[in-house]
Amino acid sequence: MASRTPLYDQHVAMGAKIVDFFGWEMPIHYGSQLNEHKTVRSDAGMFDVSHMNVLDLRGRQAKIFLQKLVANDVARLKDEGKALYTCMLNEQAGVIDDLIIYFIREGDYRIVLNAATREKDLAWITEQSAGFEVVLESPADLAMIAVQGPNARAKTEQVLGEGVGTKIAKMKPFNACFCDGLFIARTGYTGEEGYEIILSAGEAVALWQQLHQAGVAPIGLGARDTLRLEAAMSLYGAEMDETISPLECGLEWTVAWQPAERDFVGRSALQAQRDAGGRTKLVGLLLEERGVLRDHQKVISECGEGEITSGTFSPSLGQSIALARVPVAMGNRCQVEIRGKRLNARVVKPPFVRNGEACYKEPITQKEGLPR
Amino acid sequence: MSNTPNELFYTKSHEWVRIEDDGTFTIGISDHAQELLGDIVYIELPEVGSELDAEQDCAVIESVKAASDLYTPVAGTVIAINEELEDSPETINGDAYGEGWIFKLQPFSLESVKGLMQAEEYSAMVAEDEE
Repeated sequence: MASRTPLYDQHVAMGAKIVDFFGWEMPIHYGSQLNEHKTVRSDAGMFDVSHMNVLDLRGRQAKIFLQKLVANDVARLKDEGKALYTCMLNEQAGVIDDLIIYFIREGDYRIVLNAATREKDLAWITEQSAGFEVVLESPADLAMIAVQGPNARAKTEQVLGEGVGTKIAKMKPFNACFCDGLFIARTGYTGEEGYEIILSAGEAVALWQQLHQAGVAPIGLGARDTLRLEAAMSLYGAEMDETISPLECGLEWTVAWQPAERDFVGRSALQAQRDAGGRTKLVGLLLEERGVLRDHQKVISECGEGEITSGTFSPSLGQSIALARVPVAMGNRCQVEIRGKRLNARVVKPPFVRNGEACYKEPITQKEGLPR
Repeated sequence: MSNTPNELFYTKSHEWVRIEDDGTFTIGISDHAQELLGDIVYIELPEVGSELDAEQDCAVIESVKAASDLYTPVAGTVIAINEELEDSPETINGDAYGEGWIFKLQPFSLESVKGLMQAEEYSAMVAEDEE
């Protein structure tokens, strides 16, 4: 039996094509994925992300538990409302899931995890919490709406009215606050400005409709994927999984190595991998010929082979882009094998697009790649 | 509701066939198929002169979200391809049965059309798929 979010009827009424997404009936698009993508890059769009997994963790030992559970250090969260992006690792340093942790107040954290890994995550966190004085709660009947785009903040603030609007307008990026029964975070998954709002399921339809009336367009999961890929944001199950460490998927920046005595799960395996020197790195690819890069296509260069982890046609750039896991020594040229043909691609340092503008850079090469 | 013109023939894999006055076949993908694919961004066309077996994969259509093979409805020789689609593949989304035609075939036998579906049968199959 598929699950439906509180906004399911709204999607159908707005002409969504509904698909199964890890057991959830979700909108893939409302007519045109390309138009929706461009709307988020140029104006404002809203996503129903109520399928995401929200957990509240409270208790005297919440902080020290999280310092063990995840690779980033929650001690960095000093101001109430501050958010931290991190990976939760297994003993082999493979990624169980990537998550955002919000610091509500001392001994009180809110965690947002992926929908696809809900059961696995809950089981793991519960198992790891044995012996800690913490209480884990999955608040029921919540909805989550992300509003993203250059005009997203202004339109959301207008909808939420003077009190709330004024308060969140002052909020810094990667911060959140509770106001008026809403949990509002200045975070997102598109490379644009915006908010992610967690609210009670009963209020979701009204907010969705008010945002729509304020000129915020509904956006499906299809555009969500092309937007996050242009912004080079990792997707669980694509760039990372339980066999891939943060060092191999461009997420070393989310690992807090200091203090050295903080013994998070997977630390020794990750340290060993780091000491041995990385074998692979995550890079961006731009296809220089006609075609579309897709996940699992083979990347070929003179210093070895790699694999595309996510690929698509970039609506903003009008060409195909990808993230790929490749040998560390790979230079700035490679080829990708598509249906038996080898096509030329450029290796770049992502992100590809941020705040509506192309922004990829030439990589710092350790060795020249294929000649042009 | 997708559009399924009565004068065309259809396949299970969602291609359409128009029998021209000179006995050649024009082939494309159905309105339902383009809807399923979503925004089309790239097409790999067959080569003119290539001889194809019935149900052979002969072209690739890529939308933003997926790549999909196109199968020859009947055996024959490719006599023309719609090169306009290389620069404007989205034409298939806008006009699947007109400007969005994909290739033309000289069939080895006109009899081969008997294995194809009429509009009514195809529409029924699509309706069943959607349930």
